[in-house]
Amino acid sequence: MTAAQRANGWLRRVPAPLVYLAGLLYAAWLFWRALSGASVEPVNWLERAYGLTALRLLVATLLVTPLRRWTGVSLLRFRRALGLTCFGFVVAHVAVWALLDVRSLGAVWADIVKRPYITVGMAALLLLLPLALTSNDASLRRLGAAAWRRLHWLTYPAAVLGAIHFIWLQRAFAIQPLVYLAIILLLLATRLPWRRPTLA
Amino acid sequence: MARRWTNDLTGADVTPKALWMSRRALLAGAGAAGALALPLRAQGLEPNTIEEIRNYNNFYEFGYGKEDPAAYAGAMRTSPWSVKVDGLVDRPGDYAPADLLDGLEVEERIYRLRCVEAWSMVIPWSGVELADVLAKVGVQEGARYVAFETTVQEDVMPGVQRRVLDFPYVEGLRLDEALHPLTILATGIYGEPLANQNGAPIRLVVPWKYGFKSIKSIVRISLVAEQPPATWNLTNPAEYGFYSNVNPNVDHPRWSQASERRIGGGLFSSRQPTLMFNGYDEVAPLYEGMDLTVEI
Repeated sequence: MTAAQRANGWLRRVPAPLVYLAGLLYAAWLFWRALSGASVEPVNWLERAYGLTALRLLVATLLVTPLRRWTGVSLLRFRRALGLTCFGFVVAHVAVWALLDVRSLGAVWADIVKRPYITVGMAALLLLLPLALTSNDASLRRLGAAAWRRLHWLTYPAAVLGAIHFIWLQRAFAIQPLVYLAIILLLLATRLPWRRPTLA
Repeated sequence: MARRWTNDLTGADVTPKALWMSRRALLAGAGAAGALALPLRAQGLEPNTIEEIRNYNNFYEFGYGKEDPAAYAGAMRTSPWSVKVDGLVDRPGDYAPADLLDGLEVEERIYRLRCVEAWSMVIPWSGVELADVLAKVGVQEGARYVAFETTVQEDVMPGVQRRVLDFPYVEGLRLDEALHPLTILATGIYGEPLANQNGAPIRLVVPWKYGFKSIKSIVRISLVAEQPPATWNLTNPAEYGFYSNVNPNVDHPRWSQASERRIGGGLFSSRQPTLMFNGYDEVAPLYEGMDLTVEI
């Protein structure tokens, strides 16, 4: 038995809903830390913590297919839960920004229209919305597998916009957001239909 | 020259040093003195705690995270320290901070500090008026600006190693701004010497400008004729002007400057409106005739 087969055997025993539970507990733990002095500026701290977690989970969902192709380890059973948990963190990120930080509908709208990095972030959220709404068996059946898969390609532009949103809010040269963009572009490149050299 | 700046607070309001160490204690002390015309809280001048002041900083030499300076600045060497004073001055030379301060009265100044990132604190500085220091070294005719430079200690500065900005960090003021009685060289907070992350051993404080103008850990002060370079202005001139006066009517291109978050309010505190010149209206005459929506 290969290592990948052993890993898959072990993973089969992990119930997928555990991902939701872990996400919920992690979100609650971050909120509790913000309340109990993780930073002297807890609003900004929580906003960033939720946003970064969302971006990490987005990368995790994109990693599922290449990981299976390269190593044989399959996390396919967890992908829907990873994607929906990611969406949950995106919503939490926006909620902290709108409800705890800006606190005015007018100012929220003004920021979305006027601030390009927020526009880009909002665009990413809008791209993820139909994906979250169709991440269920009924939608998969109704749309058909091919159309459903095409729709869910939106994950890639959403991830790219998410990384740009992260880069754009930096004041100076910062490595971390660039690394996220590089990883996302690399993962995107592995999915493009490169022309293989034809055998004579 | 402008009149000396006078604190709204009197000597009777000075809190005993033992009571300084927490905000609650400071308020209790002020109450006990019983002589406040307006409580600090009502003036929006209730100082932040020393923990807040030391744990939420921008000091890009140590990284761009707000917690990086507290984590890494401890390794900065601040003694011995020497400030090179040069350019259009009568008595150029290398001065120890104590020499610059010698014979001057170190005052307490409770100032608002407004960061360009739309957060703010209130900080009880101790320091001397820059004008008094400049008078000591003798400003020559022809000097129109003051240029400042921060130390570079690459071996202990992760942000310098990673080149997050073009170091050394430099800043500048117009001479009349530098001579304004609100402008101080600070050496302490809450009566204690500055923590390294707050710009030890000696830093500038210009309370009506965004925080990045108040350059930290100064190793050079030059009197010059032409407008000197300023690091953020060089890095991104569209976002950071030379003047960088606090101005709620001119947004940073990427975020609003109309309001600010006071550090220390916790997760559920709301933003408060930002004041023109950070509330220091007495500096308005310095900019008479200038369009402050253009000359940012």
